[in-house]
Amino acid sequence: MSDTMIFAMEVFLNGLMAGVLYALVALGFVLIYKASGIFNYAQGVMALFAALTLVGIMEGQVPFAHLINATIGTEIHHFGWHVPVLLAIVLTMVVMIALAWLVNHFVFRHLVNQEPIILFMATIGFAYFLEGVGDVMWGSDIKKLDVGLPQGINTAIDEYTYGIVNYGFFIDNLDLVATVIAAVLVIALVAFAQYTKQGRAMRAVADDHQAALSVGISLNWIWVMVWSLAGFVALVAGIVWGTKSGVQFSLSLIALKALPVLMLGGFTSIPGAIVGGLVIGVGEKLFEFLIGAPFLGGATENWFAYMLALIFLVFRPQGLFGEKIIDRV
Amino acid sequence: MLDSAESYTTEDGRTIGPVVMEMKNITLRFGGVVAIQDISFDIREGEIRAIIGPNGAGKSSMLNVISGFYNPQEGDVFYKGKKRPPMKPYQVARQGIARTFQNIALFEGMSVLDNVMTGRIRQMNASLFAQSIWKCEAEREEVANREVVEKVIDFLEIQHIRKTPVGRLPYGLKKRVELARALAAEPSILLLDEPMAGMNVEEKEDMSRFILDMNDEFGTTIALIEHDMGVVMDLSDRVVVMDYGKKIGDGTPDEVRNNQAVIDAYLGVAHD
Repeated sequence: MSDTMIFAMEVFLNGLMAGVLYALVALGFVLIYKASGIFNYAQGVMALFAALTLVGIMEGQVPFAHLINATIGTEIHHFGWHVPVLLAIVLTMVVMIALAWLVNHFVFRHLVNQEPIILFMATIGFAYFLEGVGDVMWGSDIKKLDVGLPQGINTAIDEYTYGIVNYGFFIDNLDLVATVIAAVLVIALVAFAQYTKQGRAMRAVADDHQAALSVGISLNWIWVMVWSLAGFVALVAGIVWGTKSGVQFSLSLIALKALPVLMLGGFTSIPGAIVGGLVIGVGEKLFEFLIGAPFLGGATENWFAYMLALIFLVFRPQGLFGEKIIDRV
Repeated sequence: MLDSAESYTTEDGRTIGPVVMEMKNITLRFGGVVAIQDISFDIREGEIRAIIGPNGAGKSSMLNVISGFYNPQEGDVFYKGKKRPPMKPYQVARQGIARTFQNIALFEGMSVLDNVMTGRIRQMNASLFAQSIWKCEAEREEVANREVVEKVIDFLEIQHIRKTPVGRLPYGLKKRVELARALAAEPSILLLDEPMAGMNVEEKEDMSRFILDMNDEFGTTIALIEHDMGVVMDLSDRVVVMDYGKKIGDGTPDEVRNNQAVIDAYLGVAHD
């Protein structure tokens, strides 16, 4: 096997891993879009907020410490205890559910039957609001998140591939774990949406509010549930991305990477989010390696995903797996 | 007058039971507009009860009051002998009152089967986990629910479109799917808002047959709104007539037909 082939294969595998991470973010978008027709711009910020909260709870940080110190002149920062990882994750989830309830109660409950663009604008507002709250609550410094996920090169794969092609593949342990997490998450979400009463109710609400009410579905309940689920997915994405690159503002920008994934996979399909993520992950890494770096001067990773998405928009607007737009006139 | 707890047998041999729902002095206003003014009537178990009246008489508003979409400013609703507090539509639905809509409210993206299955949501109680892995009580429940749904689909003769997305169906079939979803809930009262609006003669005959059979075979209590006088008089056991938000007649089709106020409302006299 030629060297290029071997390198390309490594790039391919790493692309798959990156794709899983993109898919993880895209999933949160799909969930909310499916159940309420809202494109939730705040999904990335929710991931950031979840990660910030998790770190804050684990480190025993005092929420709103700066605000409290500035107003009453105290010097408090930490409670002085460390919360075990699992408990901290559960507590963070409680915070995310509370957030879901608040968002629905104070904002989206009042925007029923509004135009999609208004709902979209509301999520932009919510995104910036939540970003501010996250800052004030936990501080804006870059934090390290360590929930005990393995990191660094996987030596088993390294040695195994070295034995075969005389070249050790570099695969990050964290990426492998992320893949497993994403797979479990997707199976669980698909089972939930397809087979459970709540999942059915969720799809029903997305389709027609009046009809949903008439069969006994409470709209508010479903919306809180959906935002909580999105919060949960944001938490998972926040943990994985936060472990990878630290908990900092740029975490919220991963949302922008999810956009082309969604255009490719379809806004309404959970499997689509996964496949879309993988295609984009692999596509941008391979394109950079085979064409971008040698012929175009590199840095194609920044725009490749969007270009691919644009092509899809032109030829297949509903994405790979999206629901076909049917309308009888 | 028949007591509200008594039952009686109709000429064609069906048993009409005691009063299941009673509306007492209902008044509904939208701002300054009075949509319903001081109306009282009851619905008996097993009967087909019609509400008729010219356009804008307040018939749909009445149906919306019964199903909880509107809450009246004055008056009380009694359901199964108990006074009903103001409720949300989904709470009313959970009490066993199903309905269809004048301009059809279906889940357009789902198949016919899935649409009808949503009618069974009230009857799904297995734990979330059991449901997602399709085991234990969830499996039994799903099978039982599917049985009811298949029976309804069979009954309304929509087997051939079971897997079709509802968005692709023509108007008449959509109406039938909506009826199927409501019927699948095994409601104690079924509310139909103009089930025959916009249908041709043949479709109307089909629909009339379904309504009669539903009542006969499942013993479903039906309250319906309809424009077509001929259809209403053939179908219903008792008729409420509304005009300008007021009740102007109530009784058997024959009684109503000979009521002077009703004749005036339909043929038109000068209102002064």
